[in-house]
Amino acid sequence: MDTYIHIAYLISTALFILSLKWMNDPQTARRGLIAGVAAMLVAVLGTALNPAIAAANYKWIILAVLIGTVIGVPLSWVPLTAVPQRTALSHAFGGLAAGLVGVAEFYLSFTESGHQLSHFSSSALCAEVLLGFLTFTGSLMAAGKLQEILPTRPITYKGQNFINISLLTLAIICCVILTVDTRYTFIFPVIIFLALLFGILLILPIGGADMPTVISILNAYAGLSAVAMGFVMDNKLLITAGALDGSSGFILSIIMCKAMNRSFANILFGAFGKVQASAAGVEKKSVRNATPEDAAQIMEQANLVVIVPGYGMAVAQAQHRVRELYDQLIKRGITVKFAIHPVAGRMPGHMNVLLAEADIPYTDLVEMDDINPEMPQVDVVLVVGANDVVNPAARTDKSSPIYGMPIIDADKAKTVFAIKRSMNPGFAGIENALYYADKTLMVFGDAKAVVGDLAKCLSKL
Amino acid sequence: MDYISTIFVFMLATFVGLEVIRRVSRLLHTPLMSLTNAISAIAVVGSILIAGQQHAEYKFNILGMIAIAASVSNIVSGFLITNRMLKMFKKREDGK
Repeated sequence: MDTYIHIAYLISTALFILSLKWMNDPQTARRGLIAGVAAMLVAVLGTALNPAIAAANYKWIILAVLIGTVIGVPLSWVPLTAVPQRTALSHAFGGLAAGLVGVAEFYLSFTESGHQLSHFSSSALCAEVLLGFLTFTGSLMAAGKLQEILPTRPITYKGQNFINISLLTLAIICCVILTVDTRYTFIFPVIIFLALLFGILLILPIGGADMPTVISILNAYAGLSAVAMGFVMDNKLLITAGALDGSSGFILSIIMCKAMNRSFANILFGAFGKVQASAAGVEKKSVRNATPEDAAQIMEQANLVVIVPGYGMAVAQAQHRVRELYDQLIKRGITVKFAIHPVAGRMPGHMNVLLAEADIPYTDLVEMDDINPEMPQVDVVLVVGANDVVNPAARTDKSSPIYGMPIIDADKAKTVFAIKRSMNPGFAGIENALYYADKTLMVFGDAKAVVGDLAKCLSKL
Repeated sequence: MDYISTIFVFMLATFVGLEVIRRVSRLLHTPLMSLTNAISAIAVVGSILIAGQQHAEYKFNILGMIAIAASVSNIVSGFLITNRMLKMFKKREDGK
């Protein structure tokens, strides 16, 4: 029977790798999904064959699977603007599962004979529990912030970093003690407590703009906790699948960090909100206003229009209106492209999914590095709910907190329209010089309403 | 336990993962993340083993069952929402 299980795990591992490989192109991505589902089925069936499972317990396993399905299905129906929250919640579940399995393994190693933990296993167990539980509370916090149940602004206090780092150090010391001598069982609950607490404190100072990075990091942690579980159980399928997930989260975090020109440590320990205060002293200049009618008239004359979407588009659920505008422009023979900044929105790829939902062909979604060289030829840039990612201060103003961050060079286009609810600075609290430029016209109002009006005005012209 | 060989597996899997994921189109980063959500729920394997074995006390089986439910909800919602998103990514139809 053991051989069959190993073969099942081998097939499952290969399918997981293929699944991720096929995700590299939208055309093969659905095949990748099917491979992923198949891999999971083979893994679960292979595990169910394990002779260690008592016949009487299958009914309980099936019951748990049914409960999980009942919770999982509605979670997949969320509106696409809520995908970041769903993802965070799902990381929380993943962390919880790893943590609970770790707890069970730990206490089982004492109550059941022949289960003595080696140093290696107990260190892996500590890692599993630590990562699992900190992912659990951290992701719940992130989901709460994204859903706006919790305050979204960064919460900072004096000595925050000192407290966080001390907590983490303390937790690691506890892990080391337990690894050296597993008889100190009373330390185990302490590790759980510290992990749960650390998860909460870690996310407190995180604000909206850092969410894409934080979600990616939590993704990596959820994977790594599965790896640690694999070390404890000596299960290579857990290790490989966990490592795939871990490296995915890791790569996404790196891409997000690069797109913000910040380091991991800076995001986790550098509370974005705090740095900004210095930049608030920019003198107030006047902005030029425009109505949707004006904007429509100018756009009608354009050859190339670039739309820069941001989180504001998601909040206003404006993607379908954007599609109407896109249709109107295309109908007039105007080329329309969408410039997507890697950290636009609240998770990696957030804008792409929303625009895809609105039936905009993905071939018209262009990455930042590809659109920037074209910017001087662009007649009109329309900024829909984006702010920091088009702020030229990132290129020019050394004192700006976002200095050095790669941006979409909207300011190099011939005309810029920026849709904004008010002149309040965005999340980061940084003034955006783009709005004061001579070529920029501000269209004030809710993104959904304004884009809708724009499309309507165009259709009448 | 042969922990050196498990570390070997981990190292190789990480390299494969890094290479494969690096090639994923930026367009698909959100579906990628929901797919890896489902994949990280491979913890279901460990959960089933804990829940399925006969233990001296029930509480361990219950911990295992909660872990199964949490993992399965990730598997189900992760795969379903990935499917929903991938269906939306369309090329421009010709002649339009």
